[in-house]
Amino acid sequence: MLIRKRIEPPSSEITPEAEYLNRREFLGMVGSIGALSATGAIAEGLMGGMNPAQAQQGDEVTDEEKVTSYNNYYEFGTDKEDPKANSQQFKARPWSVKIEGMCRKPGNMPLDSFLSPSRIEDRTYRFRCVEAWSAVIPWRGIPLADVIRRADPLPSARYVEMTTLYDPSQMSGQRRATIQWPYTEGLRIDEALNPLAFLATGMYGKTLPNQNGAPLRLVVPWKYGFKNIKAIVKLKFTDRQPTSTWMKAASDEYGFYANVNPTVDHPRWSQARERRLGEVLRKPTLMFNGYSEQVASLYSGMDLRREF
Amino acid sequence: MTATAMPATRARSRGPRIARALKPLVFAALLAPALWLTYELFTDQLDGDVVKILEISTGTLALRCLAGTLVISPLRQLTGWAWLTTYRRMLGLFVFFYATAHMLIYFGLDLELQFGEIWTSIVKRPYITIGMLSWLILVPLAITSLNGLARKLGGARWKRLHQLTYVVAVTATTHYLWAVKKDTFWPFVYFALFAALLLVRVYGWYGRRRLAANAPR
Repeated sequence: MLIRKRIEPPSSEITPEAEYLNRREFLGMVGSIGALSATGAIAEGLMGGMNPAQAQQGDEVTDEEKVTSYNNYYEFGTDKEDPKANSQQFKARPWSVKIEGMCRKPGNMPLDSFLSPSRIEDRTYRFRCVEAWSAVIPWRGIPLADVIRRADPLPSARYVEMTTLYDPSQMSGQRRATIQWPYTEGLRIDEALNPLAFLATGMYGKTLPNQNGAPLRLVVPWKYGFKNIKAIVKLKFTDRQPTSTWMKAASDEYGFYANVNPTVDHPRWSQARERRLGEVLRKPTLMFNGYSEQVASLYSGMDLRREF
Repeated sequence: MTATAMPATRARSRGPRIARALKPLVFAALLAPALWLTYELFTDQLDGDVVKILEISTGTLALRCLAGTLVISPLRQLTGWAWLTTYRRMLGLFVFFYATAHMLIYFGLDLELQFGEIWTSIVKRPYITIGMLSWLILVPLAITSLNGLARKLGGARWKRLHQLTYVVAVTATTHYLWAVKKDTFWPFVYFALFAALLLVRVYGWYGRRRLAANAPR
């Protein structure tokens, strides 16, 4: 029999193994250069800043095959197998990204110059779909904050809205009116500046597969998967909260924030537990998908039941 | 009385020998998807959200078998192939088989037999309520498919009871429609199919009534 109730420290207090080992190295290094005043706490904070990304201990990276063959990407069809089957001819290059709206440095630039000022990083994040399945995925890409800062938003800009490519000739799913095209998503600027927010160009050490949002997709691991907009062609700064595609489709089921929250159920199913791709049994869903420490402060004072 | 009104036994006894000889083959064909899914499950070939895949597969199979049972009568009238009726009861029982598997996978694997969750889902989530209702209607239909019980019930009452199949067609399709997130294409395909089959029935029923009214006394 399975014993489900375990007494364990909150996830926010668990230091990932890799980080823990890193801290030792870091302390050793700090010690050797004589900065003896560095306390463990400071060192941990620094490490957290350098790599906020590690998945938790016990989070095994999901099989690449599963992550690349079970996708929600309506641009290529509504069945989970459709994106892989229908996206193989998609041309992810050449690609350009447009930056517009309330910012000092708008423009339209080739993807390479969009990316090149930043250092490419690897980050392993938990991924939680609103449909209660989940995965652990090693992404490759750049921090979203870099891009936001380079665009230099006006103080009056409060949100950034992102848009997916609209090209029914390549994206066969767009020939049907299943959801409103093009797909759009949005973040508050402070959310977009959070160190966890990431723009992925690759995963599993390779270029991003078309069905996973090539060549450029958003990864905000404390939010439900549908926030992670794929094939991004535009970022627009605005002072009004954008209405995302899924809000338009069903506003009672999908909100603007879409933060992973085990205590707020979807109208049609519980969000308390999740199932990793390929596994049969569920595991508990963590508040903010286990990233409370990094993001909870963004929502202090908000009623997350209402602002779901 | 038309052949539709007969309990399955009588219809079967009139079916041509070949159709009856092929019954094991049809049975195997209808069972094959279940075996294939089980094989895929245990060899880790269900790429993705395993339990969801099982739910969608079994639910769709139940709907397809349901469409099969309802299509037999009009198809037989259209083509005159009386032997089609040979497979109707089997199809009906496969509806029950796949619907039961569907329900057990949802309660057992999806909700992991947490009874609080099961109860909440039945009373709070309309698509589960109507799904549950669909299964409950199937129970008496499955039970009365036994020869003895069918005979005991008598042709007319058996027929009236089994007209509940149309109610299931509506409730099950509604369950499907409410369960999908956004793409309602397939639920509406089933709706259209069931509506068309029901219209054919109603048309036939009117025709017979007119005939009976005009008959010389």
